[in-house]
Amino acid sequence: MPVISYIEAVKQALDEEMAHNDKVFILGEDVGMKGGVFKATEGLYEKYGKERVIDTPLAESGIVGVGIGAAMYGMRPIAEIQFADFIMPAVNQIVSEAAKIRYRSNNDWHCPITIRAPYGGGVNGGLYHSQSVEALFANVPGLKIVMPSTPYDVKGLLKSAIRDDDPVLFFEHKRAYRLIKEEVPEQEYTIPIGKADVKREGEDVTVITYGLAVHFALQAADKLQEEGISVHVLDLRTVYPLDKEAIIEAASKTGKILLVTEANKEGSIISEVSAIIAEYCLFDLDAPVQRLAGPDVPAMPYAAPLEKHFMINSDKIEQALRDLAYF
Amino acid sequence: MSLKEIVMPQLGESVTEGTINNWYVKEGEMVKKYDPIAEVLSDKVTAEIPSLFTGKISKIIAPEGEAVPVGELICYIEAVENEDEKMNDKEKNRIKANCQPKQSKPRFSPAVLKLAQEHNINLDEVKGTGKGGRITRKDVLVYIEEKKLQPEREQENVQTVESAVIPQEEKKIEKQANDIEIPLSGIRKAIASNTARSVQEIPHGWMMVEADVTDLVAYRDKIKSDFKQKEGFNLTYFSFFIKAVVEALKKYPQLNAMWAGDKILQKKDINISIAVAVEDMLFTPVIKNADEKSIKGIAKEVYELAHKARSGTLTREDVEGGTFTVNNTGVFGSIQSMGIINYPQAAILQVESIVKRPVVFENGMMGARDMVNLCLSLDHRVLDGLICGLFLNEVKENVEKMNENTIRLY
Repeated sequence: MPVISYIEAVKQALDEEMAHNDKVFILGEDVGMKGGVFKATEGLYEKYGKERVIDTPLAESGIVGVGIGAAMYGMRPIAEIQFADFIMPAVNQIVSEAAKIRYRSNNDWHCPITIRAPYGGGVNGGLYHSQSVEALFANVPGLKIVMPSTPYDVKGLLKSAIRDDDPVLFFEHKRAYRLIKEEVPEQEYTIPIGKADVKREGEDVTVITYGLAVHFALQAADKLQEEGISVHVLDLRTVYPLDKEAIIEAASKTGKILLVTEANKEGSIISEVSAIIAEYCLFDLDAPVQRLAGPDVPAMPYAAPLEKHFMINSDKIEQALRDLAYF
Repeated sequence: MSLKEIVMPQLGESVTEGTINNWYVKEGEMVKKYDPIAEVLSDKVTAEIPSLFTGKISKIIAPEGEAVPVGELICYIEAVENEDEKMNDKEKNRIKANCQPKQSKPRFSPAVLKLAQEHNINLDEVKGTGKGGRITRKDVLVYIEEKKLQPEREQENVQTVESAVIPQEEKKIEKQANDIEIPLSGIRKAIASNTARSVQEIPHGWMMVEADVTDLVAYRDKIKSDFKQKEGFNLTYFSFFIKAVVEALKKYPQLNAMWAGDKILQKKDINISIAVAVEDMLFTPVIKNADEKSIKGIAKEVYELAHKARSGTLTREDVEGGTFTVNNTGVFGSIQSMGIINYPQAAILQVESIVKRPVVFENGMMGARDMVNLCLSLDHRVLDGLICGLFLNEVKENVEKMNENTIRLY
């Protein structure tokens, strides 16, 4: 199997789905001639032409709004928001239109749009190129939010998102783009949305997380293994709606649970995970549920030491897990 | 040095006295704290009494073989206080007090409490490795695993040892050159003393009837694979026989009784002991309130109790409170046996092998029928032939009328 990067997995999924279904098209800022600022759509403009890879003005509301209209008309648009930080002008389109069309029209209409956006920090991007925005959308029924951690998951889940008959927000960690590489099969596969994945089996403590933090958790687990602490790692993959069954199973397995997110702590995805554990797993808990998250400050700082302080890393996870193991 | 008393410990709920079976120590002997000093039997369990102090046994008060009420003095010990240990403890406490928030009594996490309940664990016995000595879920899991690894010890605590007295004067049997010496496990000792006591004390009488269970066999053959698929465990003949016995006990409660010296106690609950053999061990776990259970309910409980016996996880509750025993001797191919009564019950019924035999009907015709012998051993102090005959015939009738139309599994 060839080893590919996270962003290569994005590109392969887009390419394959465009080849597979001519209703699929891409629109966004600089996605065409330039091939995207991160080169996620590189070569697609040449391959599929300007009518299927459309460069748009700098107007996120327009990108998403056009996508929604096309989707309702039977197309399969993939709207790229250049940075998740810039999705805010499109919130009204996403929340008030895309998420509600099926419900509002009593199933007459639906909206199979995929909205891709790179998110996350650790790239020296400062306030407007580092945010994690998933929690803003994770209280909007009608939306699905997918945040994969590995190239394999990216490819399988992005293909599922494009084929999904309802709107999917697909957030890609920009630091993972060229950092994370793995073997991905050449033959066709998809991964169901809404299913979490055990990335490592363990007995003593459980980490539940998603996105880039999955890799930090796995690194921490490797180190702790040397100390005789066995770590169970669950990758949520889809953060809304959550895979309750998998969460309950992973939490009950060890009774000691660390929840990790790069986003601000209060009101985060992991807060909801914590609530699920509290509701269903009381009699299996052996320690208070712990959350490790970004601080509750407005954004990722630009100054390198401050950014480092804000970001999740394997050392922080390792220490938190060790504390739990010894509790 | 100070003189301390050691008293008969509480050996289980509702246990009021215990009998010292065996003193491990002699007067004047030194013992360490927690060393076992005596083996004690109650009507529920055998257990070892640990020394509560380090010191010299100065006087043994309770003689072997005599019942001593719970809380009564059994021996005196001259306790030695180890100065070093004291210092260390003090030191440790001081350090502890400095480093950690004081905890007046241990607090357990929900996971720990749940496990302790499920496995009937006394958390005082579990060593905590968590912060401040907290017992973690893992500590409990490790404890459970360790207990499984030493089933013998556990079973000593769990076994239904009816306060037995091992006969004092046993004929000495000399070991010959090629003999293999097998040391007695706690469970073997208990079986020996129980059966010996039963035979010595109870004047046994025996009776046997044969029953025609052709219809039952046909019915059970028909549904057994469906049942297994649906319920996940086997539907054994044994469960039907237990049901038949329970129904008969309802009609003849005289057999659901025990001899109590100057009176007979007729028991209200019908709790059926069943015999489960595990290699060289024999357990008699109890199906509580069997009269309130369906055949399926009984089958399930038989399955679960047998499983627990095999995995060494029977608890004291599982083996106590039996009022009548049904023994499935048929599984060994036996067609007739004289069971030893499960002391202090009044009777035991042995269900033998079901075998095909030619039978002559009243009209002179002959046919191949599925026949089974039901053998009853009775305590002749409590029961006579008449009542047992009626009872056995009731059981016989009950199983003979079991067929597709009459059996209600659920």
